[in-house]
Amino acid sequence: MSQATVDLVDYDDAVARFDPVIGIEVHVELGTRTKMFDGAAVTFGAEPNTEVTPVSLGLPGALPAVNGTAVEYAIRIGLALNCSIAASCRFARKNYFYPDVPKNFQTSQYDEPIAYDGFVDVELEDGSTFRVEVERAHMEEDAGKNTHVGGATGRIHGAEYSLVDYNRAGIPLVEIVTKPITGAGERAPEVARAYVQTLRDLFRALEVSEARMERGNVRADVNVSLRATPDSPLGTRTETKNVNSFRSVERAVRYEISRQAAVLDAGGAIVQETRHWHEDTGVTTSGRVKSDAEDYRYFPEPDLVPIVPDPAWVEEIRAALPELPAARRRRLQGEWGYADAEMRDVVNAGAVELIEATVAAGAAPAAARKWWMGELARTAKEREVELAELPITPAQIGALQSLVDAGRINDKLARQVLEGVLAGEGDPEQVVVARGLEVVSDDGPLLEAIDAALAAQPDIAEKIRSGNLGPVGAIIGAVMKATRGQADAGRVRELVLERVQA
Amino acid sequence: MSDLIRLSAADLAARLQSGEVSSVEATRAHLDRIAAVDGQVHAFLHVSDEAALATAADVDARRAAGEELHALAGVPIAVKDVVVTQGLPTTAGSKILEGWVPPYDATLVERLKAAGLPILGKTNMDEFAMGSSTEHSAYGNTHNPWDLDRIPGGSGGGSAAAVGAFEAPLAIGTDTGGSIRQPAAVTGTVGVKPTYGSVSRYGLIALASSLDQAGPVTRTVLDSALLHELIGGHDPRDSTSIADPLPGLVAAARQGATGDLTGLRVGVISELQGEGYQAGVLARFHESLELLRGAGAEIVEVSCPHFQYALAAYYLILPAEASSNLAKFDGMRFGLRVEPEQGPVTAERVMAATRGRGFGDEVKRRVILGTYALSAGYYDAYYGSAQKVRTLIQRDFAAAFEQADVLVSPTAPTTAFRLGEKLDDPLAMYLNDVATIPANLAGVPGLSLPSGLSDDGLPAGFQVLAPAKADDRLYRVGAALEALLENEWGGPLLAQAPELEVAR
Repeated sequence: MSQATVDLVDYDDAVARFDPVIGIEVHVELGTRTKMFDGAAVTFGAEPNTEVTPVSLGLPGALPAVNGTAVEYAIRIGLALNCSIAASCRFARKNYFYPDVPKNFQTSQYDEPIAYDGFVDVELEDGSTFRVEVERAHMEEDAGKNTHVGGATGRIHGAEYSLVDYNRAGIPLVEIVTKPITGAGERAPEVARAYVQTLRDLFRALEVSEARMERGNVRADVNVSLRATPDSPLGTRTETKNVNSFRSVERAVRYEISRQAAVLDAGGAIVQETRHWHEDTGVTTSGRVKSDAEDYRYFPEPDLVPIVPDPAWVEEIRAALPELPAARRRRLQGEWGYADAEMRDVVNAGAVELIEATVAAGAAPAAARKWWMGELARTAKEREVELAELPITPAQIGALQSLVDAGRINDKLARQVLEGVLAGEGDPEQVVVARGLEVVSDDGPLLEAIDAALAAQPDIAEKIRSGNLGPVGAIIGAVMKATRGQADAGRVRELVLERVQA
Repeated sequence: MSDLIRLSAADLAARLQSGEVSSVEATRAHLDRIAAVDGQVHAFLHVSDEAALATAADVDARRAAGEELHALAGVPIAVKDVVVTQGLPTTAGSKILEGWVPPYDATLVERLKAAGLPILGKTNMDEFAMGSSTEHSAYGNTHNPWDLDRIPGGSGGGSAAAVGAFEAPLAIGTDTGGSIRQPAAVTGTVGVKPTYGSVSRYGLIALASSLDQAGPVTRTVLDSALLHELIGGHDPRDSTSIADPLPGLVAAARQGATGDLTGLRVGVISELQGEGYQAGVLARFHESLELLRGAGAEIVEVSCPHFQYALAAYYLILPAEASSNLAKFDGMRFGLRVEPEQGPVTAERVMAATRGRGFGDEVKRRVILGTYALSAGYYDAYYGSAQKVRTLIQRDFAAAFEQADVLVSPTAPTTAFRLGEKLDDPLAMYLNDVATIPANLAGVPGLSLPSGLSDDGLPAGFQVLAPAKADDRLYRVGAALEALLENEWGGPLLAQAPELEVAR
């Protein structure tokens, strides 16, 4: 239920007087071909209830069988998070009745996760590093997706009826749970955001998931509590569910800190509860109260045998881990010779892959950075899209830069070529030809234009002849205008001087 | 009565192979028998005449074409209604699944179909296999062919009665705490609970996942071996399925039938006799022991001290697992759906109304027990302790099998009791399974075969237990004892059963 007005304490004031502690649960949907416990395909956007088998529908008699690839992916994630991998672990049943859970229990890991006790170093915007301790990473299956029809809010309250799509039911998930994150202070929201972003990058680098936030491949639940000082015991926490963008993670933590501070200031107590995040209004609202009465009656899943990963196999997986994003960033920075601040901007702009590909296409690292962080960054900002979403490829930037390097176009022309490529006029070469933008390198047409300009402005020609080189620029300008910018200004200057002294 | 229906499956298979009889004739003979006597016995919940005859005709055509067929091809079979069958209604004896037609086959049904066994129909059972008398079926009682006023055992009373009443030569049962063996004992038939994991559970509507096991229900030990070999073996869809190949079961049965048990050590479990066991049942048991001794076996006494806790542990583990397994029956996706008569129609209220109306009392009793046993704060005391008892029972078995190659006991303490006699006393009902439950808790295989008639003229059962994966020992000992007993009786025990009145 929405609360009409909520008192908030100014954020800076809140963090000045309270020590925030956060905890984050990240669910990632694994990009396996089939589901966690059956052969139904893992796909996105299929007709509802077509990617199902008796197992993922929970039909009577059906039994689960563990997807070995999902186990491998979970181990990959665990190793990348510096976790220990369990010598043996089990699935358990988490029993609760809800229509999107076909068996009315979720098969999950409870007290025996496949990976535990790890950490991840998160880079913050100022270049500092914050270590987040990881409690565990465990495997489980996703639930189906409910659609509530007929209400105003799309939520269950007020809906006339609800539909369930079981295509998502049984998709393998890995849930990563942090230990309480302390010591972040006023940077807690930023740490939360950077942590989720770091995990997202990690999932992609590990090739365990497409990790697309907008598709719900990665979902975060953020726990927030406040305490008087870092020495005080932990306060009561709230859990805000399904915060599904980096920006929202940051905002939701920030909002909860301000809200909880207001509750505490008013002498109230924080209720341990699940809260909903509202992307549009930027607030959280109370969901269901998590009382001790909620009892999932966990017990070991008797339909599955323990998972006992062969240590040799785990070591093979470890040896085959790809270079992880942080190490890769450090390597690339060295190779490219960027300053720390430059590299940080590139990372924050999401331009690492783009620049890497542009360099691979032949451009110098400095030039690649200049294009992506300059002209293209401005364009992306104007169009309100991500850099990667611009209709231009690193290969095209590489080709553009090689035209500049060859002297066939100058910087000013290059910007016009870029504009043409972004307008869908083809590759740089095609744009140069179609728009006739190539630098005029033949002296003949230039001399014609120079003679015309000198003749048109005899007083200036006279000043130059008399040794006053000040007005040369006016002649060059006229020549550039006559050649529509395609002349090399340096060459024009040389020719003008030759002409008047001849 | 047609002679065809009196044949063992092995003998019928031989006649089918020789061309003396067609599968259509054999199948029709059994369908006729069902039509004639099932009004009184009520072993079947659903009879699939057309599909069975179509399978039979197909097998006959393939045999005529010279195709190589499975040894049991063309021999009809009945399947307990807890096993899902594509296109055939499957209810598990519950109203909550009334009218549900599964879209897939259990692995063992796939194997039956691949081997060409016509499926005659689905047999009656206690609801979700919870019971020892089949009186907890939502679709009426099954009657014991030996005395129609008596129970046929349970939960698989339908399969045992169908075989005992010559309505089918073979049937499939499932055994979670004795549901194959106890009905076999009280109907004078043979039933085997295989080693846990040796027959796929994929497609068995789960009662207690860690205890359930499907197995053969037949009139002879050899027939059980033939059927067990057909349905057993590894299945990747059941994670608890054993990867090793089955030992030679048919070969063991044939060897045992020679009646030579020289050197075999038979352990008599001290804890499974005496008080609570009917005198006639014990008398037949001891006579059977003497026959085994006469065949060269060494009889030793073994003690399994923790068996006294088996029933208590079982009635925590089973309800706990069942409470979770039965959660899926909620009216949302399949089966019965009941909307509340008053108040809002929310998912939660529809679930509650559906489960309230769809489940019978015994199911509700066990779901409540299990939910309680798994609750936070009680888990360690109940479910946790029960699992420890289970470990102790496994150790008892391990120690006993150091001293003996097989263990034996009466299958059930008494012969068939009267319908209604124990219905109001759940604990008395539960005690029927005191001798069969330990095998389920330990995962070891067990066989029941008739040991004769007790003082009341009703069949008594003799149970043989073997170590896990040594199911072949059951068949060797079972076939030997069967041969020795039939030699004494001058034929099968079922020949002494009263003729059923035949409906026209």
